[in-house]
Amino acid sequence: MSTMQIDKTIDARGMACPGPLMNLIGAIRQGQVGQIFEVFSSDEGSKTDIPAWVAKAKHELVEVVQDDGYAHFIVRKAR
Amino acid sequence: MDEQEKPLSLVLFSGTDDKLNAAAVLTVGAAVMGRPVNIFLQYYALRAFRAGKVCADHALAWEATDALTHVIRAHPGEHWSELLKQAKDVGDVNIQACALSMDMFHLQKTDLDPLVDGIEGVAAFITSVADGQVLFI
Repeated sequence: MSTMQIDKTIDARGMACPGPLMNLIGAIRQGQVGQIFEVFSSDEGSKTDIPAWVAKAKHELVEVVQDDGYAHFIVRKAR
Repeated sequence: MDEQEKPLSLVLFSGTDDKLNAAAVLTVGAAVMGRPVNIFLQYYALRAFRAGKVCADHALAWEATDALTHVIRAHPGEHWSELLKQAKDVGDVNIQACALSMDMFHLQKTDLDPLVDGIEGVAAFITSVADGQVLFI
């Protein structure tokens, strides 16, 4: 995993779909352009939904790492 | 997501919690992906949106056996009303009560939960559908 400044961490493990995505959207809306957000999610839907939303909303998916039982997404607010 | 997306329009007919939850998940998905969502409430779905009744037990569809009912009720996902609130918060979601169903059940706007934006007839709903899809749930 790369080392970068994380501005906000969202631990959504255990939340059902679409909870982790909604938490990320809420955090990004309140954040500043250029900030880095990380989300931990054990929801299978997040693996497709977070990349789909990030692309649609024109932010940047910096990294996705599959860990034991959950995935770790790093997203940069691009606009 | 600045370009205008085609709306997704849902006619909600069934008033059971499982179908309302499935519809609310679709609504969230469409809303976050930038599609306007029109929801038209008819029959039993409309009754589930009565003020003070939203969080009541609206039962499940007939496919839900006793064993499945336990599984569904134990799932930690958000209630359909909370999902609809989230969808309205992030996107363009308009919920309208069918005027015919309102009349059938002797309901006024004040009898409905604030999630419901208004009352309209079927022609107005079809106008809002425009060239998007309609799902009947």
